[in-house]
Amino acid sequence: MKLLEEFSIGLFFWQAVLFLALLFLLRKFAWKPILNAVNEREEKISDSLVQAEKAQEELKQMQAQNEDLLKDARAERDGLIKEAKETATKMISDAKDAAKEEGSKMLASAQESINAEKVTAIMELKTTVAAFSIEIAEKIVRSELSSEDKQKALADKMAEDINLN
Amino acid sequence: MAVNANPHEEEEHNDSAIERSEEEQAAYDKAKNGEYVIHHTKDSHDFGFVTNESENKHYGFSLPVILYDEGFHFFSSSSFDHGHKVAKSDGKYFKLNSHDAKIYRCDEYGEIYESLKPWDFSITKNVIVTFLMCLLMFLLFRGIAKSYRTGLAPTGAAKFFEPIVVFIRDEIAVPNIGEKQSKKYMAYLLTVFFFIWFLNLAGMTPLGINVTGNLALTAALALITFIITTFTGNKNYWMHIFWMPGVPVPMKIILIPIELIGMVVKPFALMIRLYANMLAGHVVLGMLIVAVYSFENYFASGAFLGLTFFMNIIELLVALLQAYIFTMLTALYFGAASATAEHH
Repeated sequence: MKLLEEFSIGLFFWQAVLFLALLFLLRKFAWKPILNAVNEREEKISDSLVQAEKAQEELKQMQAQNEDLLKDARAERDGLIKEAKETATKMISDAKDAAKEEGSKMLASAQESINAEKVTAIMELKTTVAAFSIEIAEKIVRSELSSEDKQKALADKMAEDINLN
Repeated sequence: MAVNANPHEEEEHNDSAIERSEEEQAAYDKAKNGEYVIHHTKDSHDFGFVTNESENKHYGFSLPVILYDEGFHFFSSSSFDHGHKVAKSDGKYFKLNSHDAKIYRCDEYGEIYESLKPWDFSITKNVIVTFLMCLLMFLLFRGIAKSYRTGLAPTGAAKFFEPIVVFIRDEIAVPNIGEKQSKKYMAYLLTVFFFIWFLNLAGMTPLGINVTGNLALTAALALITFIITTFTGNKNYWMHIFWMPGVPVPMKIILIPIELIGMVVKPFALMIRLYANMLAGHVVLGMLIVAVYSFENYFASGAFLGLTFFMNIIELLVALLQAYIFTMLTALYFGAASATAEHH
């Protein structure tokens, strides 16, 4: 067994001692801090990524909220404008209606007074015409009955009329 | 060809070199080249950079030798003079056998007692390299850890290493062990991955380093994997070994020894796989480099140079791949040890 002959216990001893010493020294002074730093950084990165995603989502939510608010505001503005328009048209139409009513009222009262005037005017005309007629009749009667002949003719005529009846 | 060839071999054959026939010369060169390659895959008691064969001079530095032979002995590896001299310490004599690069007890004239081998706890080249790599890794990863104090974003070296750490966590640990259970294994998986990778890469330098292609290291790692697997094994894990659920009773009994063998074979396979892969890679590279020098034809040398470059690139990939495979399989075993019943 050449392999065994070559094996040196002393070398084995020193190698084991040196390796174990290195193992414990590196474990304490190198691997722990290095692995901790790497872990810490990995955690930090993944945390940051999660947070970034969260922030993005929040931003999206806020944007949606903003849009909603804007939409609401727009709708409200539209409503207000519409309402204002409606009020304006209503006021105008109301005013128109009122004016029309007033107008028609005034027209009616004017007609009424015209009618009343007309009636009084007709009445007056009638009385005046009656007075004139009476005057004319008086004059005619006077002229008709101014002579005997004429009185007798009249009476005849009247009598004739009666006879005929 | 003047790098670290075995000086002992050279010395023995030096006088007869002229008398060799052509065939013998070829066989001798072959053996020498083979030894040269194997020598480079082995651990050594000194850190050599360059050797001048003809003058038998070594450039490098010696390392401390620590032996236990009825008491501890400390001295510098320069006392061996690369196997040429006998080192005396506390009344005992030691010699470095240049054939297997091991230290033996000997008498004062250098006659080796084969049966008396002291316990060798020397700070060898592999130990030094491992220590330097551990130091580098500690400083590097502590620096990276510190860089996170200023901010969570990675800066500097963290930019390169953080994806690898995250890969081991997300692609190796979590899928095999589970998110929750994998936390306690992370330190081991990360350390073992970078440890193997860095040492594999250290082996790619032209310093002749081969730490991961040595059984001692892979055995140490595999043993630690085995211990962690065994001690973190939950009820479900032991149940799958000693009383496999969902099979008839006779099968359960047959499965017990099979599963027990499996427990040991798994880390054993880890040990052999890394060792064999890294050793084979070094041997192949060494052979190719030898081939570059062995041919007198420039075209052949050029072709082998290209091939060596190509193999180097592949070995760079293998360095990473073997670290990945070791970590992956370790995670798989940990996953089996900590799996809960719902997984099946």
